[in-house]
Amino acid sequence: MDLLEYQGKQLLARHGVAVPDGRVADSVPAAAEAADEVGYPCVVKAQVRIGKRGKAGGIKIANDREEALRHAEAILGMEIRGLTVHEVWVERASKIDAEYYASIIFDRSEKKLLAMLSRMGGMDVEEMADTDPSALIRRHVDPGGEFASEAARELSIDARIDEDVTDHVAELLVKLHDVAFAEDATLIEINPLIVTSDRDVVALDAKVTIDNNATFRHEGLADLRDRSAEDPQEQMAKEKGLTYVKLGGEIGILGNGAGLCMSTLDVVAQAGGRPANFLDAGGGSKAETIVDALDVITSDPNVNAILFNIFGGITRCDEIAKGIIEASTRIQIDVPLVVRLDGTNSEEGLGLLADADLPRLQVEKTMLGAAERVVEMASA
Amino acid sequence: MAIVVDEETRLVVSGLTGREGSFHGLRNRAYGTDVVAGVTPGKGGQDVEGIPVYERIAEAVAEHGANTSMIFVPARFAAPAIEEAIDAGVATVIAITEGIPVFDMLGIYWRAKEAGVRLIGPNCPGVLSPGKSNVGIIPAQFFDPGPIGVVSKSGTLTYQIGNELKQAGVGNSSIVGIGGDPIVGSDFIDVLTLFEGDDETELIVMVGEIGGDAEERAADFIAERVSKPVVAYIAGFTAPPGKQMGHAGAIISGSSGTAEGKQEALEARGVRVGRSPTETARLAAEAIGARA
Repeated sequence: MDLLEYQGKQLLARHGVAVPDGRVADSVPAAAEAADEVGYPCVVKAQVRIGKRGKAGGIKIANDREEALRHAEAILGMEIRGLTVHEVWVERASKIDAEYYASIIFDRSEKKLLAMLSRMGGMDVEEMADTDPSALIRRHVDPGGEFASEAARELSIDARIDEDVTDHVAELLVKLHDVAFAEDATLIEINPLIVTSDRDVVALDAKVTIDNNATFRHEGLADLRDRSAEDPQEQMAKEKGLTYVKLGGEIGILGNGAGLCMSTLDVVAQAGGRPANFLDAGGGSKAETIVDALDVITSDPNVNAILFNIFGGITRCDEIAKGIIEASTRIQIDVPLVVRLDGTNSEEGLGLLADADLPRLQVEKTMLGAAERVVEMASA
Repeated sequence: MAIVVDEETRLVVSGLTGREGSFHGLRNRAYGTDVVAGVTPGKGGQDVEGIPVYERIAEAVAEHGANTSMIFVPARFAAPAIEEAIDAGVATVIAITEGIPVFDMLGIYWRAKEAGVRLIGPNCPGVLSPGKSNVGIIPAQFFDPGPIGVVSKSGTLTYQIGNELKQAGVGNSSIVGIGGDPIVGSDFIDVLTLFEGDDETELIVMVGEIGGDAEERAADFIAERVSKPVVAYIAGFTAPPGKQMGHAGAIISGSSGTAEGKQEALEARGVRVGRSPTETARLAAEAIGARA
């Protein structure tokens, strides 16, 4: 789960990381009030989880209330690369002496945490790697061990951080490492990490990713929302406990198991179709899950054909068939449905479907045959 | 010979008294796996259809010589159960549980390495050596004994490929589900190493998906260290960046972890990559010389 900038900053602030004083607002009057509270000059920042917000006009400085109103008016509701801005973060403007980069990232390849530091803040890591790879200092944290302040200090020195703040930056890195463990954060990136004109070390931006598998032990975090990234189908699927990802095409897809479902999207694309979604019905799904899944898939107005690709292992194909038949009595399915059932109890399942004789349903024997058929139906 | 599980496997199941644990534990026994004990704290002294249940894994090791542990415990209690298995002295731990936090696995991964315990999973379907032993949730009816070793991040995709191989008349030495989490105990390379040394395995099918760089590293390893032919399949060409596709680990981060990148890495190292599960099974069957 990716946090919005302000959610990340509030999280870091709770752990003692210095961030500029700020308020979140979801309306123009609330933004102006927030600006009055933090004082001028202040910065009005669009809250969407995407980089280069500034270039897109999503970050503006306001010197008085009138400017704050004008900026909030312009930014709230604007679209930044497909995401609508629902909230702004209004924070006190900082006087910047230096811009650094600091991060703690879970390195999947090494199975260790990786601490990174650079004195070239403000640009993204890829850009940094292109401009001057030697400026980005990387160090893995010993597994199981703690991130010692001595190691952090060495990193700070190697990155040629200004001498008077070397220790402050090192302390911050240790703090970020501890926050990662405490909050199950697999990524904490501060870019830029600034040194103010008073020589304070402050996080001016925050990119935080929380491990979805760990939200059960962080009550407050599980409820954080990112309204800009919410899609009606994804929201509906979440409420029904389904694993669904919107993809934007016309062919609704349901598979059982993440790998088989991804593979189904691929073969549909190879056959010339555009998948509308990924939906993993999971192992051992019952009829009720199938009704819910069809409900979500058919609520997407772009969908003009649906493919069910089921290979029953633990999942029983007769349960899937029952779900399809049940769904057809409860929700209106106006588009053709291509079904491929193989594996456990597939004969029983196919028998049930044949008996039900649903008007818009077609059965295909193989995965590739089903993919070709559904693409044909979608373009008909 | 087979790998990871075979006739010598003596299995203790953590979570045997649970709904899923008893269902699959008993299925594994029905297949012929020697399920010697179950473990559920607070339920020691009971039994599940004749399989004795203990408080601790160590008791099952001491009483029955259990050498393999299967973890079927809910995610929030799974980490201590895996640690207990590592400390109890079993050689192999197979963790089926899905949803274990990354930071829990970070500690466990290195602890297992240090103890020299082979950890498979978590978030995996387990390991099946057809005709010998089944530990986990892999439906055994789709796999016959034979010369093809399968290593995969995904369950159902493996059943799909296994079933197509069976229809082509080819069976399997072992099927190893390594799991779809960001941190798994054994990677493609670990399992490829075992298959390379296994007399029964003549060809290896490797099934990967988006996320991480395990497939890319496996490509280098295959070129340098694997003499047996390898056929691969990668899922997730249509996955958008930044979205988790079902498995916790199936996510493209920026430009890394893409299916294209993995396919290119494998093909550059001479590994054939099927475009669909069907083509992958066909390539494997043809390479092994069966009439497809």
